[in-house]
Order: sequence, then structure tokens, then C-alpha cells
Amino acid sequence: MIRDDIVRVQNFRKTYSDFVAVDSISFEVYRGEIFGLLGPNGAGKTTTLECLEGLRMPDSGTLRVMDVDPMRDYRRLRNLIGVQLQMSGMPDSISVRESMKFFCAYHRVAPRYDLLDRLGLSDKLDTQYYMLSIGQKRRLALALAVAHNPQVVFLDEPTAGLDVLSRSELHDVLRELQAAGTTIILSSHDMAEVEKLANRVAILLQGKIVASGTPRDLTAAGAGLTKISIHTEDSSVAKAEYFPAVRQKSSKDGYEIFYTTDPGATVLALLEFAKAHDDPLIDLRVERPTLEDRFLEITAHKEVVS
Amino acid sequence: MTAFVHHFSFEFRAGVRNRSLLLLNYLFPIGFYLLAGTLMTSLNPSFKEYLIPAMVFFTILTSTLLGLPDPIVSARESGIFRSYKIHGIPELAILIIPALTTILHTIVVAVLIVLTAPLLFQAVLPANWLSFVLSFFLMAFASAGIGLLIGVVSPSSRATILLAQALFLPSMMIGGLMFPAHMLPDALRTVALLLPSTHAVNILGGWTPGGIYTFNPYASAAVLYAGGALAFIMALILFNWDKDNPTRHVRPVFALLAFAPYVIAAVLTFVGI
Repeated sequence: MIRDDIVRVQNFRKTYSDFVAVDSISFEVYRGEIFGLLGPNGAGKTTTLECLEGLRMPDSGTLRVMDVDPMRDYRRLRNLIGVQLQMSGMPDSISVRESMKFFCAYHRVAPRYDLLDRLGLSDKLDTQYYMLSIGQKRRLALALAVAHNPQVVFLDEPTAGLDVLSRSELHDVLRELQAAGTTIILSSHDMAEVEKLANRVAILLQGKIVASGTPRDLTAAGAGLTKISIHTEDSSVAKAEYFPAVRQKSSKDGYEIFYTTDPGATVLALLEFAKAHDDPLIDLRVERPTLEDRFLEITAHKEVVS
Repeated sequence: MTAFVHHFSFEFRAGVRNRSLLLLNYLFPIGFYLLAGTLMTSLNPSFKEYLIPAMVFFTILTSTLLGLPDPIVSARESGIFRSYKIHGIPELAILIIPALTTILHTIVVAVLIVLTAPLLFQAVLPANWLSFVLSFFLMAFASAGIGLLIGVVSPSSRATILLAQALFLPSMMIGGLMFPAHMLPDALRTVALLLPSTHAVNILGGWTPGGIYTFNPYASAAVLYAGGALAFIMALILFNWDKDNPTRHVRPVFALLAFAPYVIAAVLTFVGI
């Protein structure tokens, strides 16, 4: 199946004086997908997004968003894309209602008060920007980013500073946008969030893409160790020297944690050991490797997946 | 057009909502007008002849030189312009609309002064309304251009205050607002021609029957017009969306080009032409 790439990045490089922020990366984002850019601080995520948004000039390489060059034709790009910046601002004295009217007027669309309602800002319509909480400011930025029905939405750390409820609301909004055919590119530190939302991810490290693919493919490409956390009354299992198939072992918050290649055999052995030592079980958890585990594995070894 | 109306409407309201702008657009000029009207007219009764234009020109100076630049610097520093850019708001609107709303604020205060000064302080109304209105708009245009230019080139709020005061204080002292420019020593009279207020006062004097002027009033009008136009053009050329990511690479020192008409006027006066 031929997929329609809506964002194309080829050999993109960006430096700040001597610091190489992004080092010749290439990737595509397909129409209608949620694409996650992951990486630690300084990995080059924001630089990549800001060059795609036309806010920064790349040193070299080709960037195209819906076949538009973001730097040469950023005015045309404005109505095609929606952007929630990591660091952006609004005039302190602008109210939520005014900001919606103001920005929608420049996009030549009617104000989308329904979005403000959807994002829990309907009771803040006349509140001035400086009086909003961080979470409310980020939700307003998201509402303004998508109010003109852009075809591609760029979100830089969209849930930073949001509480659990707001985060969940925002996830629902993103899924609705995707269902409506919008392509979403988001950068985040939150691996669980990206794993849950994104169709594909690229992991950036020191300006290079060190892994890319679907979250499932990426986790499968790792060592494949299953995490077993066990909490017993006397922590007897901590004293045992050997359990079958266990490759790594650690302790945290009263739990003994085992990383195993054969979870069935390890669980059985752990339970038998605890029973034999008359040590009552309090909790037992078996977790498959997550994107975060894979990310930590990659960043620890600086492994480059071609 | 709708975008312009919303932008203009918001900027105008911001000029009242924002406490420092409220102070500089209204409270400070009105307070100073009441104080000067009370003190100066009792100390020097002839000041009643100059009270209205002096206080109106003072209002222009506070709003444009002290009030206009800092919001531009703050907006650039806090990422507001980045938000504007991603929503496609053009640089021209970002610069022109605050300048226009600031001039509108000065008109409101000017009308208040014109209406109340004769009643409160027996101030003399302008003899030539056309020259008064023309000098008002030319000075507002020129000063707003300089205010924008300061906002665009200033690297921080602290530097903005220094740059603005570098023009505001001399304008107050030797710009013809507190006492007529012809009373200044020759050297200072020449230096005063570097200031928009001197030319505005000069236009008013030159086009009023029996008025005193130190420089050809038509040339003063040309200086204010050219200075204002150059300042707006240079502000547009030097405008940057982002403090960390300059998109324009013209050196800020080129902002001084906007003062070329004032310098030419001063030089011509100095050499006696």
C-alpha cells in the first residue's frame, strides 16, 4: 500500500554556533497518523518541530509540509497547520473569548467556542490570560491551534503541566482530531502517553534518530525482558541467589523486581520460594516491556538502529 | 478587515487594561496636566497661552516614547510574537496597530485637555486650529515611529527605559514644551532641532498669526513627516519575531537612519542656511 506522506524531512541539519542540535535526520509522517517525537531534553525535538513550523531556518536538508517549504512559503503554511508551541505567550490582558476571536479572524474562520467548551474553558471566556492556570493556558493554546481545522497539527509537549483529568480530555481531543483525518505530530517526554497515542514514533538522541517505528515494533526490538515485581511480607525472595530465566534484578519501594525471558517459569519459582519460606504474598505484578523501557535501553547504550 | 478590527479593538482595550499603559496613556499625562495647569499658570500667567499645546504634546511624548516601546519588547521576550507568527499575523499589523491605538489614546486625552483647560485654568485655545491639528498628527506620527523603533531595537525592558528617556527628558527640557525654544542659547536651540517636539511647537508657532518660530515651519513639517516615515520603515526592517532566533540581520545601529531628517535640520541651522 502506498502511503501519502504529508510531512517529509530529508537530511535535515540544524546547528546553533558549534552545537549540533539536529544531525542529518530523515523521516516521513503519513496522512492521518499521530507521529511522536521522543527524546530527552536537548535531543532536537523542538528544533525539528520549529523548523517544520517555519519558525527556524534549517542549515541544510529538505523540509516539506504538504509540499510547502516552511521557510519560503510560511504564509501559505499558516492555514494548513496548527501549532501548539512549547514556549509561547499571549498578551496578559487578552481574554479567552478575545483570543479565540482574534486568532480566528486572522485565519478567516468563525470563532470555535465549542472547542473552548470541549477543553473545559467555557467558564473562563472573560478571564484574562494572566489569570489562567498553566493547564488552562495550554488548553487554550491547543484550542487556538486547531480552531481553523488545520490538516497538520504540531504539538510540543502538549500535556506538560496538565492534571490527570485535563490530560485525559486532551487525549480524547487528539483521538477525535485523528478520527477526523488530521495528522498530528507531537513531541513529548511522556513515553506512556506517546505509546498510548502514537501510531509511529521516532526516538531522537543528541540530534540523531536512534530508533523509529510503531511503539509495538520498537518494544519488540528490545531485549524483550518481562518485568516481574513481587512484594512479600518478609522479602524472602531478595535472599535467593537464583531464579530461572532472570537476567536482571533490583529493588524498589518494597518490591523485588526481576527481568526475565521466561515470565511463567520465573513467577512459578518466585511463588514456590515464598511459600517454602512461609512468606505471605502481598502483591505480584507482571508487565510487558514498555516504550519507556526500550527508550531507557536505547539511551543507556546509545544504540543506533538503522 | 475583520482581523484588523479585532486586533485594533483588542490593542485599544489593552491600552487601558494594562496598568502601566493606563498610567502612561492617561493617568500620568492627565495628572501632569492638572499639576502644570495649577502651578505653572499661577507662577507664570503667560503659560496659559502655551498650556494646551504643551500638555497635548507632552501626552504624545508619554504615550509614544514611554508607553509604546515596552509592550513590543515584552511581547518579543515572552514569545507572544511567536504565537502571532504561527497564526499568520503580519509584522505590519503587529507594528502599525499599536501605533494607531496609541495615537487614538492621545487623541482622547488631547480632547479632554482642550475641553477642560479653558474652564479650569483659563487657558487660551489655539488661534489656528488647522496648524494645531496638523502639528498634533505630525508629532504623533513621528514620535510613534520612534517609539516603535525603540521597541524593535531594544534588547530588554531596562534598555527600553534608557533609550526612551534619552529622548523624553530632552524633549521636556529643551523641546519647547515648558518654555519657548527661541529663549534657548543658540547651541541648545540647534540641538533641540533633533527632537520631534521642537518641530511640532515650531509648526504651531510658524502657522499661527503673530507666532514665534525658530525654523521654517514647512521644513519642520517635512522633517516630522520624513522622520516618522523613516522610523516606521526602519522598525519594519529591524523587526524580529523571536529574541533567540533573529530572522532579520540588519544591525540595530541602522535605526539611527530615522533621525537623518532631524540631523539635517540641525546641521542646516548650525551652518546658517
